[in-house]
Amino acid sequence: MSNGPKVSIRGLYKIFGSNPQAMLPHVHGGMGKPELLDTYNHVLGLQDINVDMQAGEITVIMGLSGSGKSTLIRHLNRLIEPTTGEVIVDGENVLDYDEQQLRRLRREKMSMVFQKFALLPHRTVLQNAGMSRLVRGEDETTAESHGRPWLQRVGLDGYEDHYPHQLSGGMQQRVGIARALASDSDIMLMDEAFSALDPLIRTDMQDLLLELQNELQKTVVFITHDLDEALKLADHLVILKDGYVVQQGEPQHILLNPNDPYIEDFVSDINRARVLRVRSVMSPLNGETAFAGVVDVNDNLEKLIELSGGDTTHNFKVQKNGEDVGILHMKDLVRALVPTRTGEKGTVR
Amino acid sequence: MAAYDWLFGALGLKDWCEQEASGGPMTMAQLLAQSGKKVEGAAEEAAGSLWDAPFPSLDVLHESCSSVARTRDMTSWVENLFLSIKDPLKVVLDPISQPLSWALDGSLWLFQTVPWFIVIPLLLLAVWGATKSWKLVAFVAISFLFMAFIDHYVPAIQTLSIIFVCTGFSVLLGVPIGILMSRSDGFQRVSLPVLDMLQTLPTFVYLIPLIFLFSVTESKLYGIAIILYAIVPVIRLTDLGIRLVDKDVIEAADAFGMTDKQKLFGVQIPLAMPNIMAGVNQTIMMSLAMVVIASLVSAPGLGVLVLRGIRNLELGVGLVSGFGIVLLAILLDRVTKASLGRINVTQKQ
Repeated sequence: MSNGPKVSIRGLYKIFGSNPQAMLPHVHGGMGKPELLDTYNHVLGLQDINVDMQAGEITVIMGLSGSGKSTLIRHLNRLIEPTTGEVIVDGENVLDYDEQQLRRLRREKMSMVFQKFALLPHRTVLQNAGMSRLVRGEDETTAESHGRPWLQRVGLDGYEDHYPHQLSGGMQQRVGIARALASDSDIMLMDEAFSALDPLIRTDMQDLLLELQNELQKTVVFITHDLDEALKLADHLVILKDGYVVQQGEPQHILLNPNDPYIEDFVSDINRARVLRVRSVMSPLNGETAFAGVVDVNDNLEKLIELSGGDTTHNFKVQKNGEDVGILHMKDLVRALVPTRTGEKGTVR
Repeated sequence: MAAYDWLFGALGLKDWCEQEASGGPMTMAQLLAQSGKKVEGAAEEAAGSLWDAPFPSLDVLHESCSSVARTRDMTSWVENLFLSIKDPLKVVLDPISQPLSWALDGSLWLFQTVPWFIVIPLLLLAVWGATKSWKLVAFVAISFLFMAFIDHYVPAIQTLSIIFVCTGFSVLLGVPIGILMSRSDGFQRVSLPVLDMLQTLPTFVYLIPLIFLFSVTESKLYGIAIILYAIVPVIRLTDLGIRLVDKDVIEAADAFGMTDKQKLFGVQIPLAMPNIMAGVNQTIMMSLAMVVIASLVSAPGLGVLVLRGIRNLELGVGLVSGFGIVLLAILLDRVTKASLGRINVTQKQ
C-alpha cells in the first residue's frame, strides 16, 4: 500500500486493576507481568504493542490463552479501552473518537466475527445476516436484500428462515461471516472465529475465508491459538506471549527463523512440509539445466516430495506466473523440514 | 417501690421523674389500684431479689419514673405520625392511583355486562392464541362451564378481571423498574431490600395503613394491596433476565455499533423474555393469592364466598369457592406456562 498501513497500533498498553494509570511508570520502568501482579495486584494485559496491518492482507495474531490476543483485537474497535497508546485506522486515531464517531466506525468500517458466533437467537438467519444494516437504521427489506446474497455466498441457500439454534456450529459461523460481510466494512475482526468448530469444518471455513479474501481483499485481523491455522491464513503473523509481541513478520520467515525458544517450541510440532512453500527454500537460478520437473513458487513442500517420489537427488525448476525464478534442490527441501534451533544456527534475528 | 427505682436514684433523675406525675392514659394497673384492690406482686417487688428483676421495658420503667413513656404512648405516637402524614400523602397518592380504580371498576363492569355466551368464547379464543393447545382450551372451557353451572360464574369472572387488571399494572410498572435495576447496581442495591420487605411483610400488615389512606369503598384500595404483593416477582425476574443475557451477544451488539436503545429493545428484552414471562406467571399466582385476602377490604369475587364460609361457618360454601380458586389458579398457571413454553422454543440457544 502506498499510503501506509490500514490499521496501525502504536505503543499500546493495557493494565487491568483498580488504578491502571498509576501503574504505567512501573511498567515503563521495566516491571514485568508477575512482579506487577505480586507487588501492586494489577494485571499487565498488553505491553508496548506496535503492529501495522496492511490493507487487503490477513494479519493473524497468534498466542496461547492468556497471551492477550483477544484483549488486543477488542482495542481496535474499543470494546476495551486501552490504558495508553494509539490505534490508527485510515490515518485517524480511534481513541480520540467520541461516542458518535466510534459508533460509525463500528457500524461502517469494522465488522466482527466471534468465537461463540454470538448470533441473535430470536432472529432468523436472514435477519441476523442483515443485522448490521438494521443497526444503521435501514429498513427490513433493504437489510435483507444485503444479507441474502452473502448468505448465498457462504453456502447457506435455503436456510434464510431457520433460527440459529437449528443450524450446526459451522453453519452458524457462516451466518456470522455473512453478517460481518453484509456490513460492507473494509476491516473484518475475527476473534478465534473457527476455534469452536471441529477440525474438518474448520478446514472448510479456512478455505472459505481464503476464497472470500481473494475476491474481496478486505483487511482481516484474525485471532487464533492454532499455529497451523495461523500459517495457512496469514500474510502477516504476529506472535503474542504474556501480552507482548515476541515476533512478527511473514509467516514462512518466522517458521524458518524463529527468534525465541517460545516460538521454536511452537513451530517444532507442526507439519513443515505442508506449511512451507517452494519460495521459502528455493535458491537463485545458476544456469543448471537438468530439471526433474517444473513447480510453482507457491506449491508446498509436501507436493514436491510427492512429485520427486522421495528421491533427494532431483532438482526442480521454479516458476512464478510462467517465468523461471529459481531452482529447488531436494536436499535443501529435506533440510528445511528439520526445525532449526536458534542456538545451533547462531544467527538470532 | 417499683423494680428500677434504684436506677433513677443512682442517676440522680428522681426530680425529673416526679415533674410529671400524672397525665397520659391510665393503665390497667392504675385502674385496679384506684378501685381499691392491691396490685398483685407489689409486695414481692419490695422483697426485690435480683432473680425476679423484670426486663427494663418502657412499661416497667414507667412504674419507677412517670416521665418515661409507656409502650402504648409509643404506639399512639406512631399512629399520630401516620395520621399527620396521611393527608399530604393522600394528596399525592390519590390522583396517581385513580387510574387503578377506573381500570378495576371498568373491567369489573365490562366482564359482568357482557353476557356469558360472549365472554367465555372470547376467553377460549385468548387461550388458543396464547398457547395453540386444544387440550388447554378444552380444560378452560370445562372449568368455566362447570363454575357457571354451579352458579359461581359471576364471582369467578370478578376474580379473573381483578387479576387481569392487577397483573397488567404490575407488568406495566414492574418491567421498567426491573430494567432500571438491571442497568444500575446502585439502584439494585437500594431496591432489593424493599422487594424483600414487600415479599415478607404479612399481607394483613399493609392492609392496615391502606385502609387509613383510602376509603374502603374505593376499589384501588384492594388494587394497591394486590399490586404491592404481586409486583415483586416480575421486577426480580426482569432484572435477573436482563442480567443473564449472554455476554457474547451483548458484545456482538456493541461491536456492530448498536445504541443503548437498540440493544435494550432489540437484544436484551427479547432475550430476557422467558424470564420476564416466568415473572408474570408468578405475579398472576400471587395476585390470585392476594385477591382472596383482599376480599376483607371489599374486593369482590370468590374470596367473598370464602370469607362468608369462614364467618358464618358455612363449610360447603367455603370449600366449593375454595375449589373454584384452585381451578382458576391451575388454569392461569397452565396457560401462562404454555405460552412461556412457546417463547422458549423460538429462542433456544
